[in-house]
Amino acid sequence: MSWLSNAFDRLRFRARPPSDDRSRMRAVANNLILHLHPTRVPAPALRFTHTWGLGGISALLTVILVVTGVLLMFRYDASVERAYASIQTLETVVPFGALLRNVHHWSANLLVITVLLHLVRVFLTGGFFRDRRGNWIFGLFLLLIVLAFNFTGYLLPWDQLAFWAITVGTGLLDYIPVVGVLVANFLLGGREVGQAALRNFYALHVAVLPVVLMLALSYHFWRVRKDGGVALPDQTGPVEKLTTIPHLVGIELGIALVTLTAVMLFAMLVPAPLEGMANPAHPPNPAKAAWYFLGVQELLLHMHPLAALALSTIGLLGLAAVPFWDRDDSAIGIGGRSTRGRKAAWLGVALSVLLTPLLVVIDEWWLDLPALLPGLPTLVSNGLIPLGLTLAGLAGVYWLIRLVLRTRHNEALVGLFSFTMSALVVLTLIGIFFRGSNMALVWPW
Amino acid sequence: MTTQPTNATPETTMSRRNFLSLGLGALGLVGLLQTGVMTVQFLGPRRVDGEFGGVVQAGLVESFPPGSVTEFPDGRFFLVRLADGGFLAVYRRCTHLGCAVSWQAAENRFACPCHGSYFDQEGDVENPPAPRALDTFAITITDGTVIVDTAEPRQRDAFDATQVVYPAGA
Ligand code: HEM
Ligand code: FES
Repeated sequence: MSWLSNAFDRLRFRARPPSDDRSRMRAVANNLILHLHPTRVPAPALRFTHTWGLGGISALLTVILVVTGVLLMFRYDASVERAYASIQTLETVVPFGALLRNVHHWSANLLVITVLLHLVRVFLTGGFFRDRRGNWIFGLFLLLIVLAFNFTGYLLPWDQLAFWAITVGTGLLDYIPVVGVLVANFLLGGREVGQAALRNFYALHVAVLPVVLMLALSYHFWRVRKDGGVALPDQTGPVEKLTTIPHLVGIELGIALVTLTAVMLFAMLVPAPLEGMANPAHPPNPAKAAWYFLGVQELLLHMHPLAALALSTIGLLGLAAVPFWDRDDSAIGIGGRSTRGRKAAWLGVALSVLLTPLLVVIDEWWLDLPALLPGLPTLVSNGLIPLGLTLAGLAGVYWLIRLVLRTRHNEALVGLFSFTMSALVVLTLIGIFFRGSNMALVWPW
Repeated sequence: MTTQPTNATPETTMSRRNFLSLGLGALGLVGLLQTGVMTVQFLGPRRVDGEFGGVVQAGLVESFPPGSVTEFPDGRFFLVRLADGGFLAVYRRCTHLGCAVSWQAAENRFACPCHGSYFDQEGDVENPPAPRALDTFAITITDGTVIVDTAEPRQRDAFDATQVVYPAGA
């Protein structure tokens, strides 16, 4: 088989594979794809557990999504009469159509997970200090693009799941004061989800967002290079540097192959969901948003939509403020800032896993603020007060961690971050598995 | 300002170059604005004839017995005839997050399956999370026929008698 690997090598390098370090470095610098890398990388940056390869996995998933998405476009029909039928044809008639759809569907869902994990990784290893501040905030923008991609794609199959998830999702916009209804009507091309909405979402999903994402990703990668690659602890002595070929490229190819195999296997075994055709007269019970919005939907069950919206916005702004909130950059590149910071992280997770379900259950079965405070408008009793209580609770978690573990500010922030992220995960899991008919709490088994 | 002549100082006179570049900038701005407005209009909400949004001839007054609720799926509303003979056209879009409510005759209420809101026959909230009563559409009764205009849903906090339309002579 050596002729085969020779042929591959020739394709990759247009010549025989470079055998000494200098020509390896030149090969990186002269290749369009490889030149996204530096020619040499510090050895600690190559440790898999420093980045978990999450940025790279996200990039690979994006490529998979573009390729499968373009193929899907050849068979998909963005009209309310034909959309559902074209997906059914894809599922049952077109050779490998179901597989293609499954790969696109699961890659898109996995991308949300890997991008979020990537964000967590960058936060925990202090990847946002100094020059990287800009790329951190820009990264949040990337997260929003990924979510917008998923949201617009969700409508396209035009089944019951799609129709009602988008109805509920855009219904949330109505609560934004002054401009909300206007924006919702503009997005949907009318008051309700219909043909105009399907057209709009399709154009956004296959033309506008891909261009925005490609430009944004190019900028993101360029910044990573400009900022000196993955953030590492400040070094006192000289650092060992290894050539990108074979050290980095080898790891990347390995991760890429594993990801590709995993996605393929999953897509072969688990079909992407498709319910009955959209019926605007009959919402399913319960009507749930896409799973990655179920955390927010769970909040909606506990407070006024405006409060839930405010809380989500505060969370996002809080993430954007992280580089300004934690200015102690001596912890750059160190996981959890310090040993005590790592402890704070685990304490945050533990508190969250205990408190979040407890609060959900209490609010569901015993606490009824509007009934307790009958004189107040619901915007206050069911909005401002729960919002204030939640924020106060978060501040309480911060101070608890600070006092119990005697941490410094930046370590307690790590605890608060872990608490909030875990709460999001717990709320999402409750939304997915523990909400049944009429959105009442149920056991999933 | 008065019309008194002022001294033209060198600072207030404008060179030809500055004038032209200012003009060019202004033209560019106008062009940009125009393109923006055109784009927004092009992308904006569209109404399709014959769909929801037009005028619906619901039927003769007598065909709706007092105390009945009749669904008009294409018009997206329920025609409610109250016990006292008055009419109310209730938009079926739940005021919580926009799901379609359905009429449960046995329980005498509108139910939204999405997050469990209930509304009574007049559209008032019986059970949150819905924050306000169901929206309504304008009703006119001409020659004994009930006509509902679905162009613009009307928001209300709660039901009150002024929203009800009575047939002539009732
Ligand atoms: C489509 C989404 C995204 C892709 C494909 C992507 C890709 C990458 C890649 C390949 C790297 C190099 C290091 C690594 O592999 O971990 C990286 C680094 C980085 N990313 Fe992302 N990213 C995405 C979204 C985000 C988000 C949501 C954030 C944060 C809010 C973010 C912030 C950063 C920062 C600050 C760095 C530098 C980290 C360091 O120096 O340690 N990125 N990204
Ligand atoms: S949309 Fe009706 S209760 Fe939420």
